[in-house]
Amino acid sequence: MEVIVFLVPLALLLGLFGLLGFLWSLKNGQYDDLDGAAWRAISDDDGTPARPVELRSESRP
Amino acid sequence: MQATRDFSHYVKHLGSGLAHIDLAVEGVSCAGCISKIERGLSAIPDVTLARVNLTDRRVALEWKEGALDPARFIDRLAELGYKAYPFEAVTAEAVEAENSRFLLRCLGVAAFATMNVMMLSIPVWSGNVSDMLPEQRDFFHWISALIALPAAAYAGQPFFRSAFNALRTGNVNMDVPISIGVILALATSIVETIGHAEHAYFDAPIMLLTFLLVGRYLDQNMRRRTRAVAGNLAALKAETATKFVGPDEISVVPAAAVMAGDIVLLRPGERSAIDGIVIEGRSEIDQSLITGETLHASVEPGSEVYAGSLNVSGSLRIRVSAASEGTLLAEIQRLLDHAVQVRSRYVQLADRASRLYAPVVHATAFLTMTGWLIAGASFHDSIITAITVLIITCPCALGLAIPTVQTVASGAMFRAGVLLNSGDAIERVVAVDRIIFDKTGTLTLPEFDVVNSAAVPADVVELAGRLALASHHPVAAALARAAGAKSPLPGITEQPGQGVRGILKGEEVRLGSPTFCKADGLANEILSRDPEASVVAFARGEKRYVFAVCQSMRPDARAVIAALQKRGVAVEIISGDREPAVRAAAEMLQIPEWRAGVTPADKIARIEELKRQGFKVMMVGDGLNDAPSLAAAHVSMSPISAAHLSQATADLVFLGNRLAPVIASLDHSRKALHLMRQNLYLALGYNFLAVPIAILGFVTPPIAAAAMSGSSILVMLNALRGRHVPQETL
Repeated sequence: MEVIVFLVPLALLLGLFGLLGFLWSLKNGQYDDLDGAAWRAISDDDGTPARPVELRSESRP
Repeated sequence: MQATRDFSHYVKHLGSGLAHIDLAVEGVSCAGCISKIERGLSAIPDVTLARVNLTDRRVALEWKEGALDPARFIDRLAELGYKAYPFEAVTAEAVEAENSRFLLRCLGVAAFATMNVMMLSIPVWSGNVSDMLPEQRDFFHWISALIALPAAAYAGQPFFRSAFNALRTGNVNMDVPISIGVILALATSIVETIGHAEHAYFDAPIMLLTFLLVGRYLDQNMRRRTRAVAGNLAALKAETATKFVGPDEISVVPAAAVMAGDIVLLRPGERSAIDGIVIEGRSEIDQSLITGETLHASVEPGSEVYAGSLNVSGSLRIRVSAASEGTLLAEIQRLLDHAVQVRSRYVQLADRASRLYAPVVHATAFLTMTGWLIAGASFHDSIITAITVLIITCPCALGLAIPTVQTVASGAMFRAGVLLNSGDAIERVVAVDRIIFDKTGTLTLPEFDVVNSAAVPADVVELAGRLALASHHPVAAALARAAGAKSPLPGITEQPGQGVRGILKGEEVRLGSPTFCKADGLANEILSRDPEASVVAFARGEKRYVFAVCQSMRPDARAVIAALQKRGVAVEIISGDREPAVRAAAEMLQIPEWRAGVTPADKIARIEELKRQGFKVMMVGDGLNDAPSLAAAHVSMSPISAAHLSQATADLVFLGNRLAPVIASLDHSRKALHLMRQNLYLALGYNFLAVPIAILGFVTPPIAAAAMSGSSILVMLNALRGRHVPQETL
């Protein structure tokens, strides 16, 4: 049963990563627009164009 | 004089050569809009970021400083088919957003801690009935303490702060028993762990905090969302002023960028965004938003003009004065301050519950301890039992009972066209047994409308509408709107104060005052039937037509008033307008009680009189003159077209042209209060069951955890029933 001496801290460490991930996503503004995120997921294109320069040609369909 | 648009007031400079602006956009509703707007704006060179926020209906834009004029984004959005306005977040909204994020952070920390402490607690619970070594149990308890203590210290902040503030002012709120319960439970657990005891309660307090934070976050998010919508609507109203930047040079600037002493131009058909004194020009202004009076007032150099006045005939130059200088405004402000103070004495349902709750709980815990001591138990066991009583009664379900219902109800009301300005409005709306309506802009529509277009041939209406596009006069604007006119006629000249005229296929066409069109006979005929109407005449060759224009009733006003009376709510009209106009409205809506020509002070006096008679009064009004009475009433409501001050004062704001939201707010609130009460009883019922078990000393940590989560989930599920309230069609 000595294995729990490092299994428990390991489990906690994993949990801590989860928490840090959550705090990062919060700080990153990922909860600011929940309605929009729902729609972006199903939209055809790749969401926000990363580099506007490339899109200049396709901006007018 | 061609005005330039100057939006520099709204531009934020981010440093690193980037500029940022937020725009509120109308009509964004789906994924298609998001990509259309983002692609359309990103295609402009030098734009580095274009991001739509669908929840708040806003667009954030960043670009290389100095490379672009913000007005260009608005033009581009207009090309794409969206109306956009620069947006300035008010401080209140920024504070709400920051609170919301803080609560979410606390919730994240508490939820993480709950899950991990539970991961350690369950082995201990099962180990206690099988073969766990005491050293292993202590190890698990110590790790639980390591997680729970810092997490509770962080995530408990909202509760500790609020409890501390309440205690410092000599009050008790729900957060006091919560904080005491959490701190005592954690302290006991540490003492127990040091004493190698079988039970430690690290999971219960942290789980309690998690559930309560869910309630707090929902509550906060509801308020944040309402503020965002209200902020957008304020931006979409586009409060701009035409400011003189040189002797002959004008620029359209946001009202917030106009300073006292500036000189602004107010053209016919424009609504003033500022208070000031006329220095040049003569005109008639419509002050109905300020005084409720629909008759136009004439102004000349030296006259005062208040924000919200509509300029009807001539151009005015106005020197901006500070907002509080005007006698009318100063009077309104004074009445308002007083009324707001009076109202803050209302005690919310949640606070009333906690005032009863805290002493009862703490007395029970104390009696439990003394009871066990008298019965001969050890001091240690008595204290532990008393603390389990505190933990089990910790108002987990009580803390969720009201915010969950408020959140669900406010969402349902939002869909019905009602925005909640204050969270406790729901409770107060329920008690209402008398509703006082203002007339102008509240029972009637804020805009003018043509009432006799059916009596005029359709092609004439269309032609007159196109002609009307050339005029700025509000009556002409109403005609253009009613005719759905889009393309103005070419070669039209305006004769100030009289009307517009032009030549169409060799015939002269005119639109304007009856005298200008030689149609006095027809006009007088209409005016004798309906003295409240404004008339505009149209002449083509020898043919004459006269349109009657007035502020018509909201389409469902009659039905809503009848429905209110059917619900046992008495209705009356108090208006600042003249007697004939108010009498006509009251007769049409079959409202027996009405008062006309009432000043703001008299409106308050009437509300006070009704209060003394024991009535709970709801005031529904839009004008600046209504603001003090909105604050004085038990609960208040404003249409979205209302004056700024009134809207900020009102507890509820309703959208659209219909009056039905008044009924909806009443029905939804009644249902919500019913659910709140039910939730409180559910939470109390749970305590009735759990407390005797705790007093007898049978509550182990697993029972505490199960009872807490069970009652919380029950209360949340019950709150969800507030989503559907049967609405009668009006």
